[in-house]
Amino acid sequence: MSKRRLKGWKEIPMGGMVTEPGSSVEFDVSAWRTFKPVIDQSKCTKCGLCWIYCPEAAIVIKEDGRYEVDLTFCKGCGICERACAPRAITMVKEESA
Amino acid sequence: MLEIRLHGRGGQGVVTAAEILATAAINEGRFAQAFAAFGPERRGAPVLAFTRINDKEILLRAQIYEPDVIVVLDHNLVSMEGLEEGLKSNGTVVLNTASEPEALMKRFAEAGRIATVDATDIAIKELGTPITNTAILGALLRATGIVRLETLEGVFKERFEAYAEKNVKAVRSAYQQTKVLDRRGRS
Amino acid sequence: MKRLGLSGNYAVAYAVKMADVDVIAAYPITPQTTIVEKLSDFVANGELDAEYVNVESEHSAMSACVGASLTGARVFTATSSQGLAYMHEVLFMASALRTPIVMTNVNRALSAPLNIWNDHSDAMAERDSGWIQLWASSAQEALDTTIEAFKIAEDVLLPVMVNIDGFIVSHTYEPVTLPDEGEVKRYIPSKPLTNRLSPRLAYSVGVVGPPEYYYEMKYQAVDAMERSRQRIKEIEADFNRRFGKDYKDINAYYMEDAEYALLAMGSMTGTARVVAESLRRRGERAGVVSIRWFRPFPFERLAEILEGVRGIGVMDRAVTPGGPSNPLFVDVASGLYGMAERPVLQSFVAGLGGRDVSTDEFGMMFSKTKEAARSGRAGPCIYVGLRE
Repeated sequence: MSKRRLKGWKEIPMGGMVTEPGSSVEFDVSAWRTFKPVIDQSKCTKCGLCWIYCPEAAIVIKEDGRYEVDLTFCKGCGICERACAPRAITMVKEESA
Repeated sequence: MLEIRLHGRGGQGVVTAAEILATAAINEGRFAQAFAAFGPERRGAPVLAFTRINDKEILLRAQIYEPDVIVVLDHNLVSMEGLEEGLKSNGTVVLNTASEPEALMKRFAEAGRIATVDATDIAIKELGTPITNTAILGALLRATGIVRLETLEGVFKERFEAYAEKNVKAVRSAYQQTKVLDRRGRS
Repeated sequence: MKRLGLSGNYAVAYAVKMADVDVIAAYPITPQTTIVEKLSDFVANGELDAEYVNVESEHSAMSACVGASLTGARVFTATSSQGLAYMHEVLFMASALRTPIVMTNVNRALSAPLNIWNDHSDAMAERDSGWIQLWASSAQEALDTTIEAFKIAEDVLLPVMVNIDGFIVSHTYEPVTLPDEGEVKRYIPSKPLTNRLSPRLAYSVGVVGPPEYYYEMKYQAVDAMERSRQRIKEIEADFNRRFGKDYKDINAYYMEDAEYALLAMGSMTGTARVVAESLRRRGERAGVVSIRWFRPFPFERLAEILEGVRGIGVMDRAVTPGGPSNPLFVDVASGLYGMAERPVLQSFVAGLGGRDVSTDEFGMMFSKTKEAARSGRAGPCIYVGLRE
């Protein structure tokens, strides 16, 4: 693995500030998962608990009201599965690439 | 340089008296320092404050151990043991007491000049409260002339606002009533 | 220009008012209280247009200052002793986040036993916090240094602590000449500062610095402090020119031909000068060195001043139990290590917990320093005035 070049002290913004707001959207964590959540839309009551509990804000509400998982940001922690009251979410093992 | 030590009790305005005196000297274009031996401030507890007055900048930051003048704001402290400690020989004592200065000659054997005034009585009469700090300054001025009476009154006006007039009366009354005794006789 | 009688604390409050600060967040503590008391008067009666934030502790006071400073506001606070100690962890954040806060630290001993009086242990305990530390020895110097502090802080983007001795300066009334307010405003114009946090510019401040980044982020503050040496010199020269003063990193008295000298910080240098003057009258070649900038420590100029001096007495007003010596001594010793011919250094501790240091005791320190200078050997630290 080639060594990544990190910024030196002269290049880092003063005081270690992060100058671009919301820069974590550029951070793809999809490779971090072993399991991914799968939502059974027929059981989903759209209560929003998964959306509230997801620590990565990886649950998105579609225009038609459906709840879906944004797999770019889901780390597969399974909190949504635990939070889901109607048990509409199941953690399924990712298939290896 | 003139060094003054003021004795009183918490609530009598000892520190304020030292500050007013220094401010008056400063307002006359001279150099002065006023500071206190701060402790746990309690009404009624003995309090010490100091004033230095000089014609050039004062660099000294140590306490005053050998004052030229001792000022006593509280009549009960006049008899306190060690009150006169360190007084320069021929120094001046300014006392809040109803006694005549002659009666205190033995008590303050080292003093070259003794000034007495019943500041408590004056304060009660003029201010309605036994806060003796301004009255005793009148006696100090009479005994030493270190600042002008008008300068002192000017400081009262800046500092006391609504109470300035009463304090001006107290200081004038004390100035007039003060009795000064030199070793060589009454002046 | 108005000359009046003011306490050191009031002189600081006048300086802060003239600096037209935007935010004051403070918690009262003796002997600092009368600074923020006066400032709250100024704010309440409309003389100063600032937010006065009442907080429940010094930790919160410094936190509020950091937050306010990050928005670009001009920020002031004041504290002493336990209050400064309670700010401890936030002090390091203030410097590393490069917030130009100005704080007066009215020097007071640290408990236990509980003591409200003056020594330097509070500031010495924070000497590695990344704050610039300036030391004033009179009410006038407290006022002037506070005005300079805003200029310095905002120029180098580091917080500045102005130290004044508790009671000895803070509560002593003495003559103070107020500078022309218009000139102060021209010297430190009120302007939007870094403006890092605002609704329009959403930045993240105070993020995690993992091992890959912490070192670099920390070094930025080290570099800023190093670069501040030159900037403070220039900013101080500008102040001296505008206001007719002569402030320097180190004040040297009678040092041109001194054989031996006493080195100290703060108001005690005044008494040292008085004693040195009387020694001079007796033909002694005694001098006094007063350190005004403790951080950044002006070690190069100190070496210049001490060139040819045979003995130095270093008077500490704080102790480092178990250390090679006490804080000021250690800095002086390491600062002078590079000299080809180093003077002999005699260590003194004096005036802890507000103990008065008399002219006689200064006389003793000078004479012990002279002995060390003549014999070429210093003895162990002398605890001046300590009863056995």
